[in-house]
This record gives sequence, structure tokens and C-alpha cells, in this order.
Amino acid sequence: MEKIIMGKPIEVNEEGYMTNFSQWNKEIGEELAKEAHIPLSSRHWQVINYIQDEYKKEVPLSIRKIGKSGVVDIKEFYSLFPNAPLKTATKIAGIPKPASCI
Amino acid sequence: MKRLVILGAGTAGTMMANHLSHELDKEECEIDIIDEREEHYYQPGYLFLPFDIYEPEDIVKSIREFIPKGVRLLNDKIEKVDAEKNLVLMENGDRLHYDILIIATGAKIAPEEVEGMKGDEWHRSVFDFYTFEGALTLRNKLREWEGGKLVVHITEMPIKCPVAPLEFSFLADSYFKNKKMRDKVEITYVTPLSGAFTKPKATAALDHLLQEKNIKVETDFAIAEVDNENKKIIDYGGKEIEFDLLVTVPTNKGDELMERSGLGDELNYVPTNKATLQSQKYQNIFVIGDASNIPASKAGSVAHFEAEILTENILRYIKGEPLKEEFDGHANCFVETGNGKALLIDFNYTHEPVEGEFPFPGVGPLRLLKESRMNHMGKLAFRWIYWNVLLKGTHIPFVSATMQESGKHF
Repeated sequence: MEKIIMGKPIEVNEEGYMTNFSQWNKEIGEELAKEAHIPLSSRHWQVINYIQDEYKKEVPLSIRKIGKSGVVDIKEFYSLFPNAPLKTATKIAGIPKPASCI
Repeated sequence: MKRLVILGAGTAGTMMANHLSHELDKEECEIDIIDEREEHYYQPGYLFLPFDIYEPEDIVKSIREFIPKGVRLLNDKIEKVDAEKNLVLMENGDRLHYDILIIATGAKIAPEEVEGMKGDEWHRSVFDFYTFEGALTLRNKLREWEGGKLVVHITEMPIKCPVAPLEFSFLADSYFKNKKMRDKVEITYVTPLSGAFTKPKATAALDHLLQEKNIKVETDFAIAEVDNENKKIIDYGGKEIEFDLLVTVPTNKGDELMERSGLGDELNYVPTNKATLQSQKYQNIFVIGDASNIPASKAGSVAHFEAEILTENILRYIKGEPLKEEFDGHANCFVETGNGKALLIDFNYTHEPVEGEFPFPGVGPLRLLKESRMNHMGKLAFRWIYWNVLLKGTHIPFVSATMQESGKHF
């Protein structure tokens, strides 16, 4: 399905996760963050850039792993993206939610 | 004379030894395989051992039995790989030169990664079933357990056989029903992901199983700690889940040898080209099975399909030809759903599991993503196939290394 963000049609799934990372840019990230009620600081952007890099390398993401990355500790990760930090951060970053095989 | 060395004589390493001993001329290339252990474990059996469906002797055999003649098996511990010098350094001081190295050292659990997991309750009320010892002690516990809160838990992805914990929950439901004590057991499935099923087609086809079997699901649970004293698991967001019996899948990591040798990533998996299976850093190193970081499932079927393509690529590498970029992440797994039934799933890097027939389009006899007794028989028959066909590197008829799209309902 498609969703109009910043006047452009963007491919998303039922839960609003982008399904085509090449359509993502910073402005769209800002817009997705607004929907999640998160004002983005430079710390948020450092985390978002890190998880996008991991995604490009096809490395599976987990909260524990992000906590050990040296980019952010888990406490700060929860304070930057409250409640379900990995879900929220991946959504803003325009990458799929971490999944299993079925 | 060239020397090819295989590290690890588990599922993937043993298959490669068998494939390559057929294909390579012994006058031109000698093959060594190294493993410190004496026993080969049929790892899918760890799922059945706790429920008294398999006996220990069903799932353990000697490594030596499956290594072909003409391949030298070294039963020693490896200290380090020096990839710059093409050397394997043994703990006993021996140095082994290689022209080609195949890394097949697998993945294992690392419960020490989570605070308190390997605490006082480890193998008392906190169990794993990803090791022989864990599965066996869990069997003994289940035989005498009188019921309470059973929590089946995944620490973090990636794990070997990602559906195993779900299968464990289904089989537990059947097991306690058969023991006429299902009403005394509360089963909760706890996952760091956003659902027990995360792919749309599988969710649509299978979500009802959890309700039918009365299994509660807790999602988005990122474990911080096992509280041994109060018997609960606590997540980073402060959520707490109590247990009387915790069956957990700890963090999975590649072998520590990869860390010692500077060959692994932060989870000790070796960065590998996902289409050719060549190491990203060293041209004469190849990686197969759970040891690699490729985004395929960590499963025996994946290693089996990889083995067919890797064999071809080793031959090409020796001849100086370009490698085949053919591996598509193909996996094919039986999923036990309890009560004598199972599902079959077939998927790859780009296609999620869907409904259909396997291996013959329109015919079957196996049904994809649907419960059937036939699929369960397939899973049980698979143990025989594993010991007698798969490890020997024999091609399984009608099942190709890359995924077939026909017969599937995309």
C-alpha cells in the first residue's frame, strides 16, 4: 500500500513501516518521527544512522546489540525512543521491523 | 599437492568432506577436517528429547562414522587461524598449512550474555534445549514437574532454527495434555520480536494455533536480567514475567575461535558473501552453515543447500574460474505443531513462506504452511534421511539447492 508523506507516495506495509528504503530521506524521517511524537535531536540521528548502516550490511538488529554498539546505551535508547525503542527507531529510519522466518 | 582444511565436523563440515572427497582428485588435493569433539549430534532431535519422543541414542553418533575414507580427521583443539599466513595453529603446537579453508564451526548458545541467566537456577528451573545437556536435564525436569508457569523465551535474534521455540511451545501443550495436566500449566511464549509470527502470510495462516492451544504471547520483550531469587525475567523497559519453569533460547554466537583469530563480527560470525559463500576478507576462505553472517536462517537445510553450491565454487576456485553467485538463502523446514501434526515451510532471501505443495507443484504430497500428519511423518523420517543421506552429501531427489517458485501461492 501507499501513503502520502511530504506530498509524495511512499510504499508502506499495514503497520506503516516503509517497504522501499530507497524512498527514504531525512525529511521523510522527520515526518515519521512527528507521527510517533518524537522530536529528533542529534542523538536520535546518530542512532538512526547507525541502525540504517547495520540494515545495509544485512545485520539483524536487537536492543541488546544496539546497547553494545558504543553508539548509545540501552537506558538512553529507551529515553530517546520510549516504550518499544527498536520498533519506533526502525520505523523512523525507514527500514523493516526485525523479523523471524515465519 | 594442495591442501584443503575444513574446520568443524558438524552438519555442514561433514557434508563438505563427503562432497569434496567425491569431487577432488586425491593425487592433487588432500582434505583434512578438524573437530575437537568425538560425537556428532542430530540437533533437530534436541526438540524431541525433552518430551521423551526421542532417546539420547537416537541423536548421538560418532563423528568418525560419517567422515569418508581418504579424508583425514584430526581430533584436536584449534588455538587460532592465522589467515594472513594460511595456517591453522593447533593447541598441541602443530601448525597446519592450507591452500583453501572452509569454516564450518557453527553457532552455540551464550547464556552468560544475559545477567543472571547462568545463575543458581541454571538447569534447575532455567533450561536451554539447544545443547544435548540442556535438552536432557530438561527432560528429567519435565518428567517430575507438577505444573505452574512455563515460560518459553527467546533472548535475541539471530538464533539457530528460529521456529524451534515455537515448536517447543506447541509440543509442550501436547505433552501436558497427554499427561492429563494441561490445566495445571500456563504456557507463555516470550519474544523480542513484535509477534510469534512476523511474516504476513504465516501470521494469517497460523495465528489461530496459539489460541487453540491456549498459549499466551508476550512480544517486544528485550530481556535485561533473569532474577533467580524471585523467579522472573525482567526486560529493559521494566516489564516483568514470573516463571516456575523457564525454557530459554540464550543469545547465539559463532565459535570463540573466530574471535581469537580476528575473523568474526561482534557475535563471532564470519562476514561472508551471501551468494558465493566466500569470506569477504580472504579469497581462499569459504564459510558454510551457522558460522557465517549471511542473512539466511541458521538451519541444517540451509547448510545442505549451501553445500551443493559451495562444492561447485570450490572446484571453480581451484581451476581459477569465477565463482557462481547462486545461493539464494533457500531453507526448507518442518515445523512441529503438536498432536502428531506438522507444517512445512520453504523460503529464501526474498520470498517469505507461503502456502502450496512440495516438492511437486499441484501434487505434494507435502503441504506448505498447512498442518498435516504427512508433514509430521516427514519430520520424523527426516532423522533417517539426515544420518543416511544428508551427511553423506547425497543429493535429495526433487529438492533443488535454489528455491522453486512453482507450486507456491504467492
